[in-house]
Order: sequence, then C-alpha cells, then structure tokens
Amino acid sequence: MSVPRYWRNEVPRYRLQGEECSQCGAKYFPTRPVCKCGSTDFKPYKLAERGEVVTWTTISSAPTGFEKYVPYVVALIELEDGCKVLSQVVDIAPDAVEAGLKVEAVFRKVKEDGKEGILQYGYKFRPVVE
Amino acid sequence: MKTGRQVGIIGYGAYVPMYRLKASEINRVWGGFGAPVEEKSVVALDEDTITISVEAAKQAVKRANIDPSEIGAVYVGTESKPYAVKPSGTIVAEVIGATPSVSTADYEFACKAGTEAMQTCIGLVGSGMHKYAMAIGADTAQGRPQDALEYTAACGGAAFIFGERSAETIAYLEASYSFVTDTPDFWRRSKEMYPRHGNRFTGAPAYFKHITGAGKALLEETGYKPEDFKWAVFHQPNAKFPINAAKIMGFSMDQIEPGLVSPRIGNTYAGSTPVGLAATLDVAEPDDKIFVVSYGSGSGSDAFIFTVQDAILEKREGPKMETFIERKEYVDYATYLKNRGQIIK
Amino acid sequence: MRKVKIAGVGLIRVSEYWDKPIQSLFAEASMKSMKDAGIDAVDKVYVSNMGGSLMQDQLNLAAVMADSLGTPGLPATRIEAGSASGGVAFHEAVQAVASGYSDAVMVTGVEKLSDILPEVVTTGLAMAEEQEYTAYTGVTKAGIAAMIHRLYMDLYATPEEVCMMAVKSHEHAVGCKHAQYPFKMSLQRAMSSPMEADPIHMMECSGIGDGAASLILVPADDEGVEVAGTAVSTDYTSIAARQDPLEMKAIKTAADRAYKMAKIKATDIDLAEVQDDFSINGVLGIEGLGLAKPGKGAKLVNSDDVDKEGKIPVNTFGGLKARGNPLGATGIYQLAEIAWQLQGKAGDHQIPDAKIGVAENMGGMASICAVNVLRRADK
Repeated sequence: MSVPRYWRNEVPRYRLQGEECSQCGAKYFPTRPVCKCGSTDFKPYKLAERGEVVTWTTISSAPTGFEKYVPYVVALIELEDGCKVLSQVVDIAPDAVEAGLKVEAVFRKVKEDGKEGILQYGYKFRPVVE
Repeated sequence: MKTGRQVGIIGYGAYVPMYRLKASEINRVWGGFGAPVEEKSVVALDEDTITISVEAAKQAVKRANIDPSEIGAVYVGTESKPYAVKPSGTIVAEVIGATPSVSTADYEFACKAGTEAMQTCIGLVGSGMHKYAMAIGADTAQGRPQDALEYTAACGGAAFIFGERSAETIAYLEASYSFVTDTPDFWRRSKEMYPRHGNRFTGAPAYFKHITGAGKALLEETGYKPEDFKWAVFHQPNAKFPINAAKIMGFSMDQIEPGLVSPRIGNTYAGSTPVGLAATLDVAEPDDKIFVVSYGSGSGSDAFIFTVQDAILEKREGPKMETFIERKEYVDYATYLKNRGQIIK
Repeated sequence: MRKVKIAGVGLIRVSEYWDKPIQSLFAEASMKSMKDAGIDAVDKVYVSNMGGSLMQDQLNLAAVMADSLGTPGLPATRIEAGSASGGVAFHEAVQAVASGYSDAVMVTGVEKLSDILPEVVTTGLAMAEEQEYTAYTGVTKAGIAAMIHRLYMDLYATPEEVCMMAVKSHEHAVGCKHAQYPFKMSLQRAMSSPMEADPIHMMECSGIGDGAASLILVPADDEGVEVAGTAVSTDYTSIAARQDPLEMKAIKTAADRAYKMAKIKATDIDLAEVQDDFSINGVLGIEGLGLAKPGKGAKLVNSDDVDKEGKIPVNTFGGLKARGNPLGATGIYQLAEIAWQLQGKAGDHQIPDAKIGVAENMGGMASICAVNVLRRADK
C-alpha cells in the first residue's frame, strides 16, 4: 500500500472536501486538474455530509483488503448539495438498505495494510442518527 | 487546583458504537454466572479508538460552533491505540481541521487517560497558551476471554473542547485536583494483547482509595459539600463501584443516575468518566453543579467541579449519549470476537 | 486513408490452460491467423492484454509475446484498456494499415487468468476502476454493474428480463467449439444462483478463462471482410460523476462515430457482439449500439429478434458469458466471430446472408468503449 497515495488523499477523504471551479461553479469530488469548462482555477469545497441512497449493492466477493468486511454495502449517494459520491454504507443490515435511505458521513477504517502497514481511514456513510 | 484565567467546556461530543454483547451471551460461552453489567458496547469491524475519537470530536466542534483551526491542542487519552507508535491525535486533528497549528499527543493512564488529557487542556487554556484545546477519552478496551473484565471491557468515548470562560461556555471549571500513587492493580505489558489485574486488590487500595482521595481533597479545597451538586460522575468500571463510591462520598443515587451508563454499555475505560460527564451534560440545566472523579489504574484520580451555564441550552443539538446507547444491535460471541479482531485468520 | 480488411482469423478455445504459459496461447492463436491469411510474416504486432502485469508479473509484454513467435525485429506494441483492450487494440491496428505505415498487421489478444486465484481476479478487475475514490470503497466490477442493474430494474425491466441476456448467450454457445461453456443455462438456474453483487447473480457474470484470438489486417481489395468503421470513446470513469448513471455515453458515442464512418444506421446491422460480462452490461450494450431504444434493451433480449434466426442476432457464439471472457482477448474474439459470420464460416452458428456486423467492447463501467463495424465486401 502506497503511503504517499494515502497521505495525498487524507484531507479530501477525511473531510469530504472537493473543489469548486472558480469559473463555472462546477463542484468536483474527487478533484480534477481541468474543469469541464476548461478552467484550471479551483477553490476548496466542503461537501454536504448528508444525503440519500440512489442505488446500492451488497459485495459478497471482495477485492484484496476488504475480505473481512463481507458482506458490505456500497452505494451511490446523492448529497444534499447535489454532489454524488460512491461509498460504503455501514451500521445497517444489507437487506435493510433502500433507495431514498437518508445517510450521513462517518469516519471509519477502510483498509489495513496487513499487520505492520498503515491503517487507511476515510469516509463511509451510515443511516442518519438524529 | 485553579486556573490563572477561568476555563470552561465550550463544546462536547460523545459516541458509543452500536453493537452490544450481553453478559448472558458471555456466560453461555464460558459457563460463568457473573453480570457486572447487563451488556457492553462493541465496535463494528471498521471502528477503533481513532474513529470513535473523530466521531466525538466532530460533534464537539459542531456544538462549540468554532473555527477548528483555532484549536491549539488535541489530546487523545486511550489504552487502545491503533498504532503503538504514531499518534491517534494527528488523525483526529487532521479530520476536524485543526492542523497544522496544533499540538497533539496520545495519553496513557489506564482509565483516566481521558481526564488526564482534560487536565492538560485546562492548563493550556488557563495559562493563555491556547484559545481552545480538545481532550478526548476513548477506548476499545481489551478483555481476556473468560476473564472477569470480559463482561465490562467496552468501546466508546467523548470529547471536550475547553476555552476561556465566557457566555459561550457550556460549563465552567471551578477547580480540579489530581491524586496519584504507584499502585499496580491493573496493567498490560508492552506487546501483550490483554491486561492483567489484581482482582479484589483493584477495589479498596486502588479504586476507592484514589477516588475518595481526589474527591475529598477537592471538596475540602473548594468548601463544597455533596448536597451542593446537582450531579456527580464517578469512574464506572462496572455498575457497583461507582454506586459504592457515591455512597462513601455522601452522594445519592439521583445525583449519579444520568452519568451512570456502565450498566448499559460497560466500561469504556479512558472514555468511561468522559461519557458519564457527556451523558450528564445532556440533561443538565443552567447553574447545575457537576462533581466528576475519574480513576485510572496504576493508579490515580482526577476530580473536577463544573458549573453549567445558559449556553448549554443551545449547544447540545444532535444525537445525545442516550441516542447512541439506545441505538443498538446485539451480536453473538463469535461476531464479537470477529469485530474485536480476536479470530486468527 | 486506405480501406482495411481482415485477411486472417485465428483463435483457441477459451479454457483453463494449466500446463501452458501465456506465450503458448499467444503463439498458437497468432500462428493460426497467419496461416489463415496465408502469410508467414507481418510488419507489426499489437498485443492486447489487460492483466499480464498482475497475473504473470510481466511488463514489457509486447516484447515477450513477439519473442514467442521466434522472429526478432518484429515491431510490437501492447495495448491495455481494461476489458476493452481488444477492441481498442484493433482500432489502433486498423489505423496502422489505413495510414499506409504498415501493410500486414497482426493484432492478437491474450489473457491468462488461471495463473491467479479468483479473488485476485476480483482485485484485478477492480484495478480497471479509478483507484482513489472508486476502488477505494471496496466496490468490485460486479458491484458497479449491480448498482446500474438495480437502477435499470427500477425503471425498465424485471430481474428475469435482464437475466435473459445470460440465458440467450448460453443458448447461442451450444455447439461452439471455442466456447468455454457451450451449454444451455435455464433462467431458473441463473436466478437461483447465489448473489455475486446484489442484484446480480453469479450465473449472470462471465467466468474466468484463458484465451487468445488473433486477426491479420491488410489493405482491402474489395473481397472478404472489411473494416467499415472503428471508434473509441471514453467517459467519466466514476458513475458518481455522470449526470445519468444509466447512460453509457462512451458506448453511444463510439457507436455513433463508427456508424458514421461506415455510413450506416443501426438498422443496417445484421448481427452484433456485445460485452455481456454481466447480464445488465449486455443489455446496455444493445442499447448503446442503438439496436434498442434506452430502456428497451431487455425487452429486445426477451424477444426472438436477438436469436440466430431473428432480426438482429446478438452474441452468436455465446458472448462473454458462454464463449468466455479472457479480458484482453475478448474484444478480438468478438471480431473474429463476426469475421467468420461475414465470411460464411460460422458453421452451425451461421446467420444467413450476414453483411454487416458490429462489436461493442467496453472497459470499466463503459469508462472506455470500442465499437468496430465489419462489412462483407461487395464484389
């Protein structure tokens, strides 16, 4: 697991932070070097931390590093500010997930690099706790 | 002990993971009959002290309604560090946006590492070194299978942001006190998975001596009597000890009732006294006085007196301790072992 | 720009070749296509392969594959575009001949998945997704298709109707000598198989197999099978970045461009090969190619139209699901099969009087797509 790659993505993943194009206002998460309008001028943009499930799946065959979390839910989530993110949805039984489920961002462990490597943390979502 | 300038809590947050293991389930597996608590909280597979700390810290920042970059210190008290070497505090500080002008460290003093962090933050803000400082007590405590502590070793934590006393202060500190002796009642050697303890030796010469030592000294120093307090919180390694400590100190069951969460979630170790204080703040009214005494094996106690201010009424939105306690799903013993990483794959 | 034709076709059965290295598979298919073309040398070879660096720990694959042919000096380039490697490599190979730079080009797709464990294949497939914010979530290739599958079902079709894509592919594979799974699969069997990624059943996913397929491209001479149109398009890699996650823009754009180049409309097409690595992907391929309107792909699959005798037969040798899906070689298999149909060499699978065939080969969740149109040259 690449430490620089993890480190470089800490702030966006830890804080759900993307960018907003200074020219056309388009919002991006993750950030991109060039906007669809051609601009390369961006300012930081904090995404909404709440949204709802658009579509989802339950992963039963996991890629390396995610095996122990099986079965887990991955969903396409539309946030309150209109941005969309892909994320795991936790603290819910897979068969209880449905379209329109209200969810909020949480900070969780995503992957471990074996017993000796770094721990990767980042965003996941869970049903809103009021 | 009193600060140079008055200091108070300006924001707090607490978190308890949603999974629960019943004492009866442990008894089913190990044939025991004990039940020092009804059930205890268990982390999800993707939770640890750092994620618990972040959850509590984010809520504290939200309630305090401050610019997180003005937080000058983030200290995490825990005995379940995900990394043996590498601070948990840097991750928490990065998530909440306190970096880079911030000092962080992880504190270890068994179950009182969280209140030790509070003492430090109080000193840093009280001295004027920092505008705001955050103390967190959080744990995913280790209990050896079939050991008495397996019933209680639980997961959870709370975060407190301290600032100079103002109208924005939720509860200001009147005074604090720390009481420490070298008393090896409970320990975990480096690289060992589970702690060892002295069984009944953890009682009178350890827990009760230090709780009452710190508590009585602070009452003496401030001139308060137990009846002057609306609420009291004593470190809660089980259901029995804090009740007995209250009795010895002259406090009633009513006073400790809101903060006594261990029967329902177990002992959250460095998070234990902090979550008790958070649960008490959840129900406190302006002008209520709260008496708090932690205990950490090894051993020592930190005692605090807080007085609640009007700002509490606007600064406790969002989920309360009760919300998290009631949000629960029971797991069986196998799932518990899996979530705690105790199944060798 | 010169017109290009397919002069030779060669492939091996999709299978598990435990006793053979990737070089053998490559060489076998390549020798067959050269023999079919009646030549013993080419100017250039394109190697299409997705996972050699993971599965065989092999980078510089073009040189290693060229080496296996025993002809030092041969120019070689490896093309990797995820599951679309074959279609994209073909697209490049066509341009090499069309430009006049090369006169005889071989494009050989090869993939050997049996060298690694199935769970590593899952990881490898997820490597075709953007790593930091898509694969980061633990989602798999099947998982992304599953999310799209669910959206599709909500709007357009029942689970059974989508699943029929896999059933039809299996029907078409019966008797196919190079198919990995040349047998029928009932709808009931597929629908009762375990979930791979809810709502996608395991039997709606293509399996793991080794394979190699090869084509020889030369300047056209008004005989045989010509390349009428070739195009590649890309899209935002993450479905979260797309306005409408159900719209596979890369497929549609590539199809539009390829049709324009071929001067045809979708209705002119006689047969199609689509990327049914998951049943939903086959349905979306059919729609992206314009063979059915958006949302009507599953309905088409459930009609007789896609059958061998139908109006627009799809996946006439079994598609990815039944012929097999050796990733980087898959796009070449599709084109080889269409070439056989247009040459009248499809045997029991022959579509009567087929003139125009199209292959849709996408990588990621249509983050890249190659659409190639082949036409029987009119004398």
